Amino acid sequence: MSTVATTEAPPMRYPKFAQPWIALFLAILAELGIALFVLSVVSVPLIAVWVGIPLLLVVVPTARWFANCHRTIMAGFLGERIPRPYKQPPIPGMLMRLRTILTDPQTWRDIAWLLVNAVIGFTLCLLSAVLFLATLFYLVYPLLVGVTPKGVFTEPFGGLFTVNFWTSFVMMPVALVAFLIWQAAGERLLKANAFLARSLLGPTESARLAMRVRELSESRAETVDTQAAELRRIERDLHDGAQARLAALSMNLGMAEEMVARDPAQAAALLTEARESASTALSELRDLVRGIHPPVLADRGLEGAVKALALTCPFTVDVTFDVPGRPHAPVESAAYFAVAECLANAVKYSAATNAWIQITHEDEKLHMIVGDDGVGGATVKPGGGLYGIERRLAAFDGTLTVVSPNAGPTTVIMELPCESSSLKTTPSSGTA
Amino acid sequence: MRVLIAEDHALLRDGLIRLLEAHDFEVVEAVDNGPRLVPALVEHRPDVAVVDVRLPPTFTDEGLKAAIDARTQVPGLPILVLSQYVEQLYARELLTGGGGGVGYLLKDRVSNVADFLDAVRRVAGGGTAMDPDVIGQLLARSTKDSPISRLTPRESEVLGLMAEGRSNAAVASALFVTEKAVSKHTNNIFAKLDLPPSEDDNRRVMAVLTYLSSR
Repeated sequence: MSTVATTEAPPMRYPKFAQPWIALFLAILAELGIALFVLSVVSVPLIAVWVGIPLLLVVVPTARWFANCHRTIMAGFLGERIPRPYKQPPIPGMLMRLRTILTDPQTWRDIAWLLVNAVIGFTLCLLSAVLFLATLFYLVYPLLVGVTPKGVFTEPFGGLFTVNFWTSFVMMPVALVAFLIWQAAGERLLKANAFLARSLLGPTESARLAMRVRELSESRAETVDTQAAELRRIERDLHDGAQARLAALSMNLGMAEEMVARDPAQAAALLTEARESASTALSELRDLVRGIHPPVLADRGLEGAVKALALTCPFTVDVTFDVPGRPHAPVESAAYFAVAECLANAVKYSAATNAWIQITHEDEKLHMIVGDDGVGGATVKPGGGLYGIERRLAAFDGTLTVVSPNAGPTTVIMELPCESSSLKTTPSSGTA
Repeated sequence: MRVLIAEDHALLRDGLIRLLEAHDFEVVEAVDNGPRLVPALVEHRPDVAVVDVRLPPTFTDEGLKAAIDARTQVPGLPILVLSQYVEQLYARELLTGGGGGVGYLLKDRVSNVADFLDAVRRVAGGGTAMDPDVIGQLLARSTKDSPISRLTPRESEVLGLMAEGRSNAAVASALFVTEKAVSKHTNNIFAKLDLPPSEDDNRRVMAVLTYLSSR
């Protein structure tokens, strides 16, 4: 979703001539809703005599389903989704469910909507439908006068005057007037109804906040998990790798020290072994450091690091970079690892001969596009590399979109919020 | 031979000084930060400088930038850059200036004293010393349609050693073959890579490296 189009309402998704029929359908539904309204209102006092409990447990989910159907239909009028703001029971159990239902403000807002929809929603929808139907009606009016018995359609407007088949053509302009009014107002009436519905069916400010908090705590939990797993990996790598090698090294040195006078040849061999062990330990530490925070990223920022990454690929990678200054270190690091992972995926699976990376800063967001001309078919699935990137970016409220048809090419589009005010100008560019 | 050292870590700096002085090098100055490095290089004009990539105050790539900067002021000033890790981007930047007398090695190569001293002498003599890691990555990048893929395994080995900056004699001893065999391989490599033969060792290596890194 673009952030630019906030002032202008998104367009309606239904075709113009489908609207009257949907409106008619909604008007009928609105009256059916009355039954649900009555049942809901009746079942609450009936709780006192226990009958209300099973009644509520049936009526409320039905009302929710009914409301959800409307949310979907109305979303088409509004051009945007209406969220479903229901609370989930914290623990399973019938009484807990009942309690959640009764304390959820949305339950009462749904019931209020049923009533409002039956009165105002019904009127608005019917009006919109009738305007169009009147057009049709007055277009075929002479025909109706002709085929029906005298007295049914010959006295329009409640018998104000009498017409026969020939004089009934006088009513044609009414069709035009009705059409013009429908043309001007029909869609607005439906939108007005949809806005009304959204104000009751959509989440309240506090429900919106509650949903946001749930989202944030989920992404935080995942971030914490990932961090913990990463720390465990580092600990294991250090313990099994560098630490063990350094222990062996100091042992070899000790033996060499003890042997140097007695058996210089043996001591020299031990020293060689010690040196090799030190080299291996260093190279393991180097790999570990790269995995935590690549040195070139620290030195040169995102641009240099991505260019260095491109150099190590077995195919040609075009890098376009247009970001004024450096993002905050955590954002920069997330962006780098996301691009690195995409590129690694391309190297492993795509059989590509060309790839391109485009990084730009627009609308307070870092936009990263990684594309290749390979075989395509990349998907985001749990446990996969792309899913990992998605989770990593989610911790920053970032998003990932993959376009990868089966014959290729693959394009991964990533967005990461990054305010321009937090962009630092690059320290010491050029000479030091 | 006069050497200048730039290294911020005291233990490593002392180690380097001790190592080089034990092999008849004269250490003219040992600096421990970036801003001091360029003036020191320009002032002493050492026969070779051994420079760490990361130096205070920024602890980023100060040493590398200083090396490039000093070489623009004093063309051909021999500098051997040492680093905790090797990055192709940096190798390419060092080489793009042109001219010999550059080296870029992993710090732990110092532990193989003979090889390290050989590299220092090579750079001082106007040659190049590239880390096998850099060369390995460059060779591994070769795709199906690149001329590198036409080389036999033995020829790639020879090219790798050659690109590190070794002479034919050094390549021969490293691979346990005769120098004549090496020169035969070299000619084959040049033919396959469309590089005109040249007497100059250094130009040969530079040509190969430029060819590899410009792909």
